[in-house]
Amino acid sequence: MAIRETPGMRPAALPDDGAEAGLPPLADPAPRAGLLEVFRRRYLLKLLVRREISARYSGSFLGLMWSYLNPLSQFAIYYFVIGKIFSLHENTPNFAVHIFAAIIIVHFFTETFNAGTRSIVRNKAIVKKMAVPLEMFPVASMAVSLYHVGPQVVIILIVGLCYGWVPTLPVLAAVLLSVGIIMTFGTALALLFSAANVFFRDFSSVVSILTNFVRFGVPMIYTYSMVGERFGSAADYYLLNPIANAVLLMQRAFWIPTIDDARITGAEMPDHLFSRAVIVFGACIVVLVLAQLVFRQFEKRIPERI
Amino acid sequence: MADSIRVEHVSKRFTLRYHRTFKQVTVAKAKGRKISESFPAINDVSFTVAQGESIGLMGLNGSGKSTLLKMINGVMRPDEGRILVRGRIAGLIATGAGFHPQLSGRENIMLNAAILGMTEKELARKYDEIVDFSGLSPKLLETEVGHYSSGQSARLGFSVAIHVDSDVFLADEVLAVGDRPFKRKCLQKMEEVRDSGRTLFYVSHASASVRRMCSRVIVLEEGRVAFDGDVEDGIRYLEYDGNDEEFLPGEEESDEELGADI
Repeated sequence: MAIRETPGMRPAALPDDGAEAGLPPLADPAPRAGLLEVFRRRYLLKLLVRREISARYSGSFLGLMWSYLNPLSQFAIYYFVIGKIFSLHENTPNFAVHIFAAIIIVHFFTETFNAGTRSIVRNKAIVKKMAVPLEMFPVASMAVSLYHVGPQVVIILIVGLCYGWVPTLPVLAAVLLSVGIIMTFGTALALLFSAANVFFRDFSSVVSILTNFVRFGVPMIYTYSMVGERFGSAADYYLLNPIANAVLLMQRAFWIPTIDDARITGAEMPDHLFSRAVIVFGACIVVLVLAQLVFRQFEKRIPERI
Repeated sequence: MADSIRVEHVSKRFTLRYHRTFKQVTVAKAKGRKISESFPAINDVSFTVAQGESIGLMGLNGSGKSTLLKMINGVMRPDEGRILVRGRIAGLIATGAGFHPQLSGRENIMLNAAILGMTEKELARKYDEIVDFSGLSPKLLETEVGHYSSGQSARLGFSVAIHVDSDVFLADEVLAVGDRPFKRKCLQKMEEVRDSGRTLFYVSHASASVRRMCSRVIVLEEGRVAFDGDVEDGIRYLEYDGNDEEFLPGEEESDEELGADI
């Protein structure tokens, strides 16, 4: 592979006789700044996001409603099967809030991952003929999924208020960290898999399988205290999963404040929840940077392989 | 004059892969079949274009014209060598613009304009002009582009690209589809572009339109520059000026000029 220039650096130019004439400089026509370029071209991002919001369910009768029906149906299933049949309700107060807080985050992640992975292939017609920073497409998918998080948070707020929930500063911090973790981690995976999916369409199927693991790898249909009880020391590895951390943060924000019993709240949250979350968030940013570097290696071949 | 485009020892290889899934690749490997083949699309091409020059890029089908243009507008990157361009680039590659088939004409205009670097304000100012030039009805603009005819889609693509304030305009076989009145309009508009001092890259098989539009001809042959120089010599080099061409003396623009097949 040819040696590539460092991002953002202009190649050492030959004498540029146009520079004095006040003309724009001679430059590489291909977009090279990656994610930075995405944020520089916010208008284009806005158009792509708006378009995907209307296109994701185009031609469907209920349209945008599907974005809410899907998590709500999951909620109903889990609530009934886990709560009623396995009767987890009895020892867990406000179990519905516990599940719903987790579903918001899990759904945000799986939507980002799924749609992001398909995003570049879906925009084939554009990728083939126009010079766009390709990172634009997975980022837009993430933004669309984020857009759908909003109303779900409103729902849980209302539910929480009914249970006597009060907003505090830690709550706000927990929500922001939780969403931040999924934004960075989801975008990182979407970047990697969207490129991989161009080369082998198998990857979109791999993603469906991975998202199944995600649902069971977070404290959604079971509580965090059960992980420690059943797995013992293996529970430490459980928290290496950024999504599990994000889910716990969301539960810290909306579920924990509805419980009065300090023994339960103590058992259901890991020690050092917040400092751990900050570290995880930092790690996710590092992962995103790495994903960008890997993406850079492959993006060159995308327009010709798609 | 300052340089507008510099192409320095550019090469591009394409790899043809026959399989899309792991399973197919594994099966092919096990049977000892080739899974890919690579060939040079562009082979050590170098040239410089001065600001305001209008280049006619010619060559047979498959000689690498579109690949070269894709590298100049930044869709593809060269494997070796380097391309430098001054200013904003707009244009069409291989007859159509990058339109999303599931979006309406209106949405595609907006998206395309944004990709080409127009700002929201700039587009708001030019939107009506773009629609006017394309000659498409408002009703059609609300229809998905997937339902457009190739001519209609080319009209829209050309209208957007030509209205971008670009420094370099790429026109790849734009006249191959549209109907006669539209072709005439396009040629006129491109002449305006040329006369305003912007750099023009014009790909065509029609020698008369190249003669009318361009000040220099570059001929590609199997990915190499086979000829670079005067328009007449270039056309002669390609032997496109043969007797089999139809020439209608009574008309202002002959078929030849408008991009009829040769």
